[in-house]
Amino acid sequence: MEGLRDILVWACLVGGGLFSLIGGIGLLRMPDFYTRTHAASLTDTMGATLILLGLAIHNGIDLITVKLAIIFVFLFLTSPTAAHALVKAAYSKGLEAPDVQEATGAAAAIRNEALEAARRGEGT
Amino acid sequence: MNVFVVAMVAVLATMLLALIRAFLGPTVFDRVLAANMVGTKTVLLIAVAGFLTGRPEWLDLAILYALMNFTGMIALLRFSKFANLASDEQLK
Repeated sequence: MEGLRDILVWACLVGGGLFSLIGGIGLLRMPDFYTRTHAASLTDTMGATLILLGLAIHNGIDLITVKLAIIFVFLFLTSPTAAHALVKAAYSKGLEAPDVQEATGAAAAIRNEALEAARRGEGT
Repeated sequence: MNVFVVAMVAVLATMLLALIRAFLGPTVFDRVLAANMVGTKTVLLIAVAGFLTGRPEWLDLAILYALMNFTGMIALLRFSKFANLASDEQLK
């Protein structure tokens, strides 16, 4: 029983850390503001959930767990709200989204090229 | 190795990445987003550090940080939108 609990704690904390790291990398590497918001806010919620869950499993049930639950509920309510308010403020300020048409057009061109190359490869 | 150390290292690395984004900008909203992320990770860092040092009472500090982070971000957004924390313009 103790071993199973340890494994669960490890999985939750390491998973939460990984989600956090992925969010950080997304925040740094994504090309424009709106994609950065997407990367940061989604992983923020998941990382916080997993880490707090891991701590709660490690601790068992007492007052500490209630405090962890309070933090969890608060983060779970405020993190999406903050992301929403941020994007709304940016949008009402007139921050430009990148040209979606152009991006999808480029993706379609790359796909067609790959398909063409595959077909030629089959032909010979 | 202690699992709390692993989680703390991951959270600290994330904070570093968010700080780099906050320095790079380029818009004020990127900086606010990065600052918000640092705030959330501070909450997690305090919670994990409390368990690492055997003092889970630090969770009270984490709750306080979570409250301050949210309030601060909304205030910053209002400021960036109206260039004033309580202007008459928004009431009209």
